[in-house]
Amino acid sequence: MLDALWLIPALCLAGACANLFLGTLRAPKAVVTVVGVGSVGAATAVAYAILWAYLQQPLAVVVKPYFTWISAGDITVNASLQLDPLSAVMTAFVTVVGLLIHVYSVGYMHSEGNAGFARYFAYLNLFMFAMLLLVLGSNLAVLFIGWEGVGLCSYLLIGYYYRQLWCAEAGMKAFVVNRIGDLGFLLAIFATLAAFGSLEFETVFPAAAADPASFGPEATVIALLLFVGAVGKSAQIPLYVWLPDAMAGPTPVSALIHAATMVTAGVYMVVRANVLFRLSPTAMLTVAVVGGVTALFAATIGLAQNDIKKVLAYSTVSQLGYMFLATGVGAWVAAIFHVVTHAFFKACLFLGSGSVIHACGGEQDMRRMGGLRKHMPTTYWTFLAAALSIAGIPIFAGFFSKDEILSRAYAAGASDLNGFGDAYRVLWTLALAAALLTAFYMFRVLFTTFHGSFRGPEEAAHHLHESPRSMTLPLVILGILSVVGGLVGLPGQLLHIEGLNLIDRFLQPVVIPLAEAGGHAADAAHAGHGLSLATEWGLVLGSVAAAVGGVLLARRFYLGAGAFVLPKLLAERLPLLHRVLLNRYWVDELYAWLIVRPVRALAGFCWRVVDELAIDTLLVNGAAFGVELAGDLARFTTTGNLRNYALMVLAAAVGIAALLW
Amino acid sequence: MNAELVPIPHTWVLALSAVLFAIGTLGVMLRRNAIAIFLSLEVMLNSANLAFAAFAYRFAAAHVAAAAALDGQIFIFFVIAVAAAEATVGLALFIALYRLKETIDVDRFNILRW
Amino acid sequence: MAAWVFLAAAAVAIVFACLAVVVRNPVLNVLSLVIVFFAMAAIQVIVYSGAILVLFLFVVMLLNLPRRRRLGKGRPLQAVAGILLAAVLGGMVLAAAAILPAELGAVLPGAAAGGTATPIGRALITSHLFVFEFITLLLAAAIVGAVYLGEREMR
Repeated sequence: MLDALWLIPALCLAGACANLFLGTLRAPKAVVTVVGVGSVGAATAVAYAILWAYLQQPLAVVVKPYFTWISAGDITVNASLQLDPLSAVMTAFVTVVGLLIHVYSVGYMHSEGNAGFARYFAYLNLFMFAMLLLVLGSNLAVLFIGWEGVGLCSYLLIGYYYRQLWCAEAGMKAFVVNRIGDLGFLLAIFATLAAFGSLEFETVFPAAAADPASFGPEATVIALLLFVGAVGKSAQIPLYVWLPDAMAGPTPVSALIHAATMVTAGVYMVVRANVLFRLSPTAMLTVAVVGGVTALFAATIGLAQNDIKKVLAYSTVSQLGYMFLATGVGAWVAAIFHVVTHAFFKACLFLGSGSVIHACGGEQDMRRMGGLRKHMPTTYWTFLAAALSIAGIPIFAGFFSKDEILSRAYAAGASDLNGFGDAYRVLWTLALAAALLTAFYMFRVLFTTFHGSFRGPEEAAHHLHESPRSMTLPLVILGILSVVGGLVGLPGQLLHIEGLNLIDRFLQPVVIPLAEAGGHAADAAHAGHGLSLATEWGLVLGSVAAAVGGVLLARRFYLGAGAFVLPKLLAERLPLLHRVLLNRYWVDELYAWLIVRPVRALAGFCWRVVDELAIDTLLVNGAAFGVELAGDLARFTTTGNLRNYALMVLAAAVGIAALLW
Repeated sequence: MNAELVPIPHTWVLALSAVLFAIGTLGVMLRRNAIAIFLSLEVMLNSANLAFAAFAYRFAAAHVAAAAALDGQIFIFFVIAVAAAEATVGLALFIALYRLKETIDVDRFNILRW
Repeated sequence: MAAWVFLAAAAVAIVFACLAVVVRNPVLNVLSLVIVFFAMAAIQVIVYSGAILVLFLFVVMLLNLPRRRRLGKGRPLQAVAGILLAAVLGGMVLAAAAILPAELGAVLPGAAAGGTATPIGRALITSHLFVFEFITLLLAAAIVGAVYLGEREMR
């Protein structure tokens, strides 16, 4: 059974190829639906069958090599897939969420033409293939193939409406910014190969763990380079700018790629390489700082946006920051836990917003929405569930994962992890503040969109309707998952119950113990359990208070009779702050001035000077000119005088004789 | 001459060949009369023949058994034959040229210039 | 003794070669060349002097050339260059001759037994047959060419 591991990505790839072909035939949408959704459905079924078989055996790492891909001298890279607790968890939710979004897309993309519909599903299937390759790969090379593949599909899907220039540009922006991160990733691959001679996870990480002392400096380099890749793919500071623009793509794409799966690839990669990070306190701190700062930064931007999808985009950036903060404090399992819960509630939120946009006839500005609760109950309730989850209200899934991260961050500060205790304490406060803001802006969206009265144009008001079953069914499923999904990660330590945290137990083998010889305090995998019971409960209550506080504040600002009065007042009293947030700190403009302009100038230089002047004019035309000139000059040797010719012959003869001499 | 005569070093013959070649070259370069140039050319060809003879003379002992011993001498025949052919055609050309231009001063035949 | 003979012949050859080149009277040029050939070898006399130089004389007589031109007139630069180069070339060959080990040559084995002509003739017909025949063709072609060129009506 486990030998069929390759089927999981392969089925999706088959679907992609079939859909590409069907697109050229302009096949009817029903056929494309069967192929597109069916391939992912089959892949999901196969995946769960394999996982079931995997769980029957005692937990082990299963590596399935398929063929030798690169064999050059000492370097051998296999195309092989790996099944271990981490890839199992990733595969489990990627397939399910992917399938749900495929189903949703059938309804959402229904108004497209046949060719466009097939194209969409081809790209979406291709994305599933690449993502599954990414999480199932057993070495950095296969992971990188998947990494690049998801980047490609992201570009293709963001630019799905390519006939509009701004959509195509958004796609290009995503790809180029991703590329910058990919450079770091590539360098990390080279460094790993140089340091360890192999890219296989089962070779590199145990080797590093067994001998921490000798791999210290290399681990730092590799870890930081890997993180650069993660910063690009998972939209952290400074490479997050592509994610908000990526909202130009269809909403299901935003849900799948830019919320649930692709952007979490960076987190997955960091967790996968946790051994290397643990050998390098510097790298861990860097990750934590970037994650924590991004979490707060993006949350502040989300406060002032009026486009519903942009708010969700910045929310995604912020939540990703949380995940990286978790890895930076050594809470590897918590990071993955949050990846999973985030996939559920963020996908639900995005799909819900898609439903709303669909109902409003394409309108995305929340200022022209309102009162949709009456018209779209299913969407409303699922959106509410997901919003409660992301805000961190107890027993919803988000609460458990976010709370775990916060408590571990606090613990890192308290136990002075790696000697950076102060930094970690600051990060904890940043994260707590971000939690408050998250609850606030999320409920701002909820209240603005679903409560009150409809503020849009008249004709739109008549079209407000609930979405079709194909769209609401996934919403419901994801909504339920947003509620109960946290139960796999119950914090047993709060109740002095061992073994309650299922996901922690399941993923623990991924965090390979480091050999004692290194004596690194960096092995913070278990640092979190050093807090007292009282502190733990205190933290829980604190984060709940922050969440509830955010919700109440939003209620005060945006609900009921006094809705929008206070926000407007605040915007008038603090115009600068409001402008800064609304304009997203002008980061895009800064990049445009700082980076894009010089690059454009360089490109212009290469074009006008190097290509046109140097190559075309000087070398090519110049060569021709030179030849012509030489010919014109050489003409003068044909004097017509016989004796001159004789002289030339004689001179040549003397020359040759001299050479032979 | 009988075989008891002391033979001469072949380099002497070579030296003579060199001198004659130089004289012939001078003639080719300096004369304007086409026939005179031709005569100088003949001198040059003969000096080449001398060189061949010199070397055939020098290596005769080394190749005593083989037929290759006589290669140098044979070649002289061919050079003479070719010189004869060349002289024939050349002189016919000069006659034709004379009919055209009433002169065989080579400096006068310079229409084929740039 | 052979050395003296050689040196005498060489001197004659050189002197008359100079004359052949320098003297402005074309007839004298040709006749000087005859002497040069005499100084060089018998075969030269028969073929060269007897046939080729006679041809030359014939043409010279036919063309009735004037005698007045100065040597190298009209192109001094070319004259200088020509002299220089000729000297260099000759000098090089001379130097080569000087450098080579002065091996003594041997007299051909067939010389005592009826002259050198027989072995040469035999070689011509056997091992160098192809070139021999080719030369024949060449001569034939030369004759045809000369006839054609000279065919136009004499004024």
